[in-house]
Amino acid sequence: MENFSPWSALAGGALLGLSAAVLMLFSGKVAGISGIISGLFTRKKKEFSWRLAFLTGMVLSMFILQPFSIDLPELIKQPVLSIIAAGFLVGFGTRLSNGCTSGHGIIGLGRFSKRSITATLIFMAAAVIVVFIRSRLGVL
Amino acid sequence: MFTILVGLICGALFGSGMIISGMVDPAKVIAFLNISGDWDPSLMFVMGGALAVFTPIYHLLIKKRSNALNGEKLSWASNKQIDATLITGSAIFGIGWGLAGFCPGPVMASLGGGSSTIMMFLASMLIGMTAAKYYLRGAFPLPFLGRYKNSIPSQASK
Repeated sequence: MENFSPWSALAGGALLGLSAAVLMLFSGKVAGISGIISGLFTRKKKEFSWRLAFLTGMVLSMFILQPFSIDLPELIKQPVLSIIAAGFLVGFGTRLSNGCTSGHGIIGLGRFSKRSITATLIFMAAAVIVVFIRSRLGVL
Repeated sequence: MFTILVGLICGALFGSGMIISGMVDPAKVIAFLNISGDWDPSLMFVMGGALAVFTPIYHLLIKKRSNALNGEKLSWASNKQIDATLITGSAIFGIGWGLAGFCPGPVMASLGGGSSTIMMFLASMLIGMTAAKYYLRGAFPLPFLGRYKNSIPSQASK
């Protein structure tokens, strides 16, 4: 528990909630990241520009934070194969369930959507089980 | 123009939230998911903080409106069904999340760092999304689920 960081987690979380609320109130859009990314590649021209703007803002955020000496973490080394497999599963799964940790886990839960509550419980449980197996196999 | 500006600002807020909260650190994500080991509950506070802000704003300000401030209709994902596709998709996503500790938000927020791990994950994720698109068009079957039948034209993201 030596890395326990509730305050920065709470503050960062509050920003996520604020972003989702502002986007919805001002523009009527859902801040679901998997949906925004995959939506870039559909033929809906009208939706393209705000999605691209949102993703641009996300990419730029690290440069906004750097002057405050908040930086990206040093990433743990992981096998290439598991990164590729994980990426594929995340992409495939989020399109089938129509949402990820943001769309279901924040906006859906906040709206008390039964679909999102179900989705969140399932992806949390699946992730916990995978990490449990990895720790038993000694890869963690 | 207004919608683009709102998008840009909200994206910057969202990305900052991902970085400040620690969601961008897969080690932290995995420590959060590792409930039987040296559990780090920090990331529970991310969801707590997000919901503490979003939920009241949604229920007090947004829910009663039919249009957003830019005049656009507030549209929700029309699908209310809890079906095999939702359950399987969530499980597949969870497996991928547990495998590497990355989900789509943190990957976008980390992209500017230029890490090859992030690039690889993103590329593979886009391939996964494309594969899902074909599956949802009924192009190929999945084990247990078979071929996707009631293919609805792609709906609003949720």
